[in-house]
Amino acid sequence: MSDRWDHLRRYTPARIALGRAGSAVPTGPLLAFQWAHARARDAVHLPWDVARFARRVQDRDLTPLILSTRVADRVQYLKRPDLGRQLDAESAQSLPGWAGSPIDVALIFTNGLSSTAVEVHGLPLLDALVRALGAAGLRLGPICLAENGRVALADPVGAALGARLSVIVVGERPGLSAADSLGLYLTYAPGTGRTDAERNCISNVRPPEGLAYDAAAAKLVYLAREALRLTASGVALKDDQPGHRLTRGPQGGTTQTIENGNPPD
Amino acid sequence: MGYSMTLRGKTATFPDLKTLLAKASPLRAADELAGIAAESEEERAMAQYALAEVPLQRFLDEPLISPEADEVTRLILERHDPAAFAPIATLRVGEFREWLLREGDADRLRSIAPGVSPEMAAAVSKIMRNQDLIAVARRCRVVTRFRNTIGLPGRLSTRLQPNHPTDDPRGIAASTLDGLLYGAGDAVIGINPATDNLDQVHTLLSLLDDLIQRHDIPTQCCVLCHVTTTMELIRRGSPVDLVFQSIAGTEAANQSFGVDLGMLREARDMARAQNRGTVGDHVMYFETGQGSALSANAHHGVDAQTCEARAYAVAREFEPLLVNTVVGFIGPEYLYDGKQITRAGLEDHFCGKLLGLPMGCDVCYTNHAEADQNDMDTLLTLLGVAGCTYVMGIPGADDIMLAYQSTSFHDALYLREVLGLRPAPEFEEWLNRMGIFNGRNALADSCRQVPLLSDFAGLGEGAA
Repeated sequence: MSDRWDHLRRYTPARIALGRAGSAVPTGPLLAFQWAHARARDAVHLPWDVARFARRVQDRDLTPLILSTRVADRVQYLKRPDLGRQLDAESAQSLPGWAGSPIDVALIFTNGLSSTAVEVHGLPLLDALVRALGAAGLRLGPICLAENGRVALADPVGAALGARLSVIVVGERPGLSAADSLGLYLTYAPGTGRTDAERNCISNVRPPEGLAYDAAAAKLVYLAREALRLTASGVALKDDQPGHRLTRGPQGGTTQTIENGNPPD
Repeated sequence: MGYSMTLRGKTATFPDLKTLLAKASPLRAADELAGIAAESEEERAMAQYALAEVPLQRFLDEPLISPEADEVTRLILERHDPAAFAPIATLRVGEFREWLLREGDADRLRSIAPGVSPEMAAAVSKIMRNQDLIAVARRCRVVTRFRNTIGLPGRLSTRLQPNHPTDDPRGIAASTLDGLLYGAGDAVIGINPATDNLDQVHTLLSLLDDLIQRHDIPTQCCVLCHVTTTMELIRRGSPVDLVFQSIAGTEAANQSFGVDLGMLREARDMARAQNRGTVGDHVMYFETGQGSALSANAHHGVDAQTCEARAYAVAREFEPLLVNTVVGFIGPEYLYDGKQITRAGLEDHFCGKLLGLPMGCDVCYTNHAEADQNDMDTLLTLLGVAGCTYVMGIPGADDIMLAYQSTSFHDALYLREVLGLRPAPEFEEWLNRMGIFNGRNALADSCRQVPLLSDFAGLGEGAA
């Protein structure tokens, strides 16, 4: 039995006017839901081929640096967010060697909760970031790649590289409508003891439905400059960019600071 | 004071009450993450033996978190009612379980509620099977009122949750209409806004208030923003029915939410002074969830479920219309899979009801948890049997703003069908009058004229 208010669907991506079979949803919407959930589950559990990603980075004449967190496997990653915020001993030792040359932005990629996101959008976003940060005169270090990382991994990596800012690109928790969103988190003076309230976030990077790569890169450059000017990031840094107010949702991404009690990952 | 248990020559020791409670808790990721879970199944079982021997009085004598350091502990101790406690005062935890199952009828359960501390409720729940949690909760009667009567026997209410990723008023109106036409919304029509922007929240409150007034719907609305935002909106004259706030079981965790007891009291008094309720003045709506204190690093070494029960002591201080545990929202590092979510949902519902709260449940999960809609069907059905006050109604169970899955309008209809559960009486009468229900607790044939639908075009455009 279909519903007589199907025409309202144009106002919302919500699953309205599904119709019914008895009290239940008809078979079509049932299968559509399960397909969306299956894609989201796959995005969470697919491993990330870091080595292949590193080769693609190298093809761009950039320097990839593969790092490891203390996470042993995907199940542990989900249960122990603390381990995904730390480098393993070997990676921690390897990083300070890079600290000789001055680095403005430590750039880190991790699959986070969606390998699909970093596979689909990681490289084109990298290109946009390199262009925009370069044009702004901000010096990048190696392109750090870490499987199973959490947002706060940006602290030990940024600190070990002696970077003024760290930016971590993370696969966001998949929803049913979007399993491939990337988020970017910026931290001024990364290091031990930074809290999530001291980071700024750009979320829903996922063209064409979400935020475009160049728009995300431009916003990041804006936030990076403001953070360097204010010598702070997070709640102290409000997105007050004129004419660039981003809308949330299907047509855009968001910039936001992170509230307490609302873990970013 | 230490606790120990010896079985077949093997001894397990527990240095204090909070350690014993943590080790006796059915397995969940949050306690593992906090490093306080039992090391083995045997240790857990032995802790449960030891916990069963603890006198209820001990929970009053040995606060888990010092009253000097925590206003929630002070509240629990100050509000404890010795007269209500008297009938169970000499019992141990294991005997309390048997008393609940044997003696706990609706009247006795209501009369002891002010004498039951959250730690006692948590403790007994840890040695109760799922069926015990269901059987006792089912006998608890908690009735609350604002524009309708929630929690009567044989009733199940729903929160209509018409969220939209950009708070688009037309999108929210479309989902609200969809829900009403499926018979949802008697607990509350409640929006999680994408931002706490004052103008935006005012727009959404006005949209829902207009809908409720225009169609004379016996329900209440709420935009779930921070309590301080709601207080400011009341000052500015926005139509605020209910005050929402997320709360937790320790002062420090509440601080991380930006609230304290004084602030909640002030907000409750402000909302009551609006006099917007027609059949009662329960004006507060609280959400909770196991793991929130841990995620704020504010758990004081107390296990997730006991912290959660302490949040209910905060809730009952303010005589809420609605409380719900958002049981699977927090993620797998707190509740790993469907089994843990199911257990936690039943524990929370039981503890809330035992403490005298109108307890609902957001039966839900995120995509990185080991759970799916089948697990939600199971927990939803169990909670229906347990007499859960209300559940969520979300279009197709898919919240497009918060990116998690919950229960749908259809799910509530399923529960009504298989368990004969009806909406709040005033709302049921309205559904019948509007031609949405057929007078037999089911949707009417869709061919019938529904005035609500023909009115919608104007509402949708007007709100844009």
